[in-house]
Amino acid sequence: MKRLDHAGAASRFIADEKHLAFHDAKLWDLRKKRDREAHGIPEWEELRQLASDIKEHTLAHLADYLEEFERNATRNGVKVHWARDAAEHNQIVFDILAAKAAKTLVKSKSMLTEECDMRPFLERRGIEVIETDLGERIQQLDDEPPSHIVVPAVHKLRGDVSAVFARKLGTEAGNEDVTYLAESQRRTTRPYFLRADAGMTGANFAIAETGGFVVCTNEGNADLSASLPKLHIASIGIEKLIPRVEHLGVFIRLLSRSALGSPITQYTSHFRTPRAGTEMHIVLVDNGRSERLGMAEFWSSLKCIRCGACMNTCPVYRRSGGLSYGATYSGPIGIIIDPTFNIRKYSNLPFASTLNGSCTSVCPVKINIHDQIYKWRRVIAERNELPLVKKATMKAAGKLFGNPKLYRAALAATGTAIEDLPRFAIYNWFNPWGRQREVPQPPTKTFRQWYIENRTRR
Amino acid sequence: MGLFIPCYVDAFFPEVGVATLEMLERCGAEVSYPLDQTCCGQPMANSGCQDDAAPAEALFVENFKDFDYIVTPSGSCTHHVRSHFDAIPQTAAVKKVRGSIYEFVEFIHDVLKVEEFPWAEFPHKVGLHNTCTTLRTLRTASASEIAEPPFSKPLDLLRKVKGIEFVTPERPDECCGFGGTFSVFEEPVSAKMGYDKVHDHRNAGAEYIVSADMSCLMHQKGCAERLGLEIKFIHIAQILNGARE
Repeated sequence: MKRLDHAGAASRFIADEKHLAFHDAKLWDLRKKRDREAHGIPEWEELRQLASDIKEHTLAHLADYLEEFERNATRNGVKVHWARDAAEHNQIVFDILAAKAAKTLVKSKSMLTEECDMRPFLERRGIEVIETDLGERIQQLDDEPPSHIVVPAVHKLRGDVSAVFARKLGTEAGNEDVTYLAESQRRTTRPYFLRADAGMTGANFAIAETGGFVVCTNEGNADLSASLPKLHIASIGIEKLIPRVEHLGVFIRLLSRSALGSPITQYTSHFRTPRAGTEMHIVLVDNGRSERLGMAEFWSSLKCIRCGACMNTCPVYRRSGGLSYGATYSGPIGIIIDPTFNIRKYSNLPFASTLNGSCTSVCPVKINIHDQIYKWRRVIAERNELPLVKKATMKAAGKLFGNPKLYRAALAATGTAIEDLPRFAIYNWFNPWGRQREVPQPPTKTFRQWYIENRTRR
Repeated sequence: MGLFIPCYVDAFFPEVGVATLEMLERCGAEVSYPLDQTCCGQPMANSGCQDDAAPAEALFVENFKDFDYIVTPSGSCTHHVRSHFDAIPQTAAVKKVRGSIYEFVEFIHDVLKVEEFPWAEFPHKVGLHNTCTTLRTLRTASASEIAEPPFSKPLDLLRKVKGIEFVTPERPDECCGFGGTFSVFEEPVSAKMGYDKVHDHRNAGAEYIVSADMSCLMHQKGCAERLGLEIKFIHIAQILNGARE
């Protein structure tokens, strides 16, 4: 399996100045709005701690809460399924659809179904799947995965959307009017809602004590997906559990403020029992989560409520685009989750970070994201998954820095001070430092030399 | 007190080492610089290479184990020694070293509690670059992400300098993109972040960018020079020690 080349992909993203500028500005704007909302609530930091505590408690008793949830959901008339992995999840969903001879599925945004690669699986089996979230629909029509977990098409300009819609929906070529484009998507999606055999949603929270679940959206498309067809399937990752209804308020106050800088999503929809004459199914999905829960240093990444705040604030993400991470989850949270799916493929991702820690500071459930990025680097080195050049560089640097004589000899060797310094500091024509930056001018003497002359010879 | 001068300061910015030393001496501290020092081990450890970090960490302890205080003009080196530094067995000497290290601003502000700098005058407009480590780990200043009352130790100190004027960039807490080995292995993003950072300060009217970390400034300086941007860089120790430009 080839290592994902984040730096290369980022370089291509950066080369397109117009897209880059919009992407950076748009996401920074979300971060600013998030700050305004967060700072507007005196107990914000207390809420974050509370949310973290609730999630940690839940994860520590996850098996019990899952069983409680299943019991209550079943009592509510919902059919609960358990999926060990993506393949089981997709098969279960297909079997549910097949049992009803369902051919058309409308769905709201769900990162879990992206993670499971469900859409192609169903399409190969003759099911027509329509994404109904605007951003996700744009991405589906453009045959691209979402680049952001909350705003899936944020890397596209309106001109890009116009082109995709003209190609796939037959809208007027060159018409970039936002209202026109949004209305076109609405007009072309509505008929699907009306004739779909089944609807699918994810869930933001699943409540153990009631067996109900909550979906937070801004477009109302999840409600249409769930409420019009006679079959509603909800795919829910097992980490979405919270124990009680009263805990919901903590998370609802944090979620949209962190995600978009709005006090609450337009729709906060609670689902508990199937409507008369319809069926409701819940698929509880593990797909590596239990294994992650057992990882001493990384389990708390399961606290994530998928708000995307860490992505919006991440200076690297904003300048490289979600697609450069080559994974379902991008940005800081992606960096600490993706290696659990495939450590070799994603071994470069923990290095796509300056360890600046802004992600950790905005995280509404206080995941120590940048500490985990740091720890992943160790794991990757220990498992011998570092690229050769990095490994060799660090070996040389380690040798040099472990030996004062060698270090000083290296500094003095050529008289230019620079050339034999370890790679992180040196500059030569082959070194990436100098591609877009000037090299620091070496002084005539090092500090050490100055110190010897001025402090030890008095 | 032991003075630790990071390798890149030793090699490229000796004047920052001198200013740090002189400033500490002005305050009456008895400072010595162990001549066999090299590096704290951070570049290797931050790359995950614990085995390669171990010799540097062991050497660091050997050099600094006998001091009451270790002071360094670098937030990230301080953070490495204080919070990571576990490539070697955690002996009593190692623990002592880890508990004795201070970043320069912390030391002047919290330990020595210096109240005035009568010799200092810096008649320029400066933008303060709080490095990510000083901001979010050492917490020498409040971070814009956290809902907390504003505070800033570097500003507390700099405000006592005659003639100094402050300008605030649009994104004061945004990382400049240095990130150690990130600057090389993720060069495209690193350089772009650096360009954005120096533009942001220049647009705010800064003549100087001042910081407690030379590593970030080395990167920003390289970016500004390549862009042909008129902006200068200076370490906070130099200003506090009386540099005029």
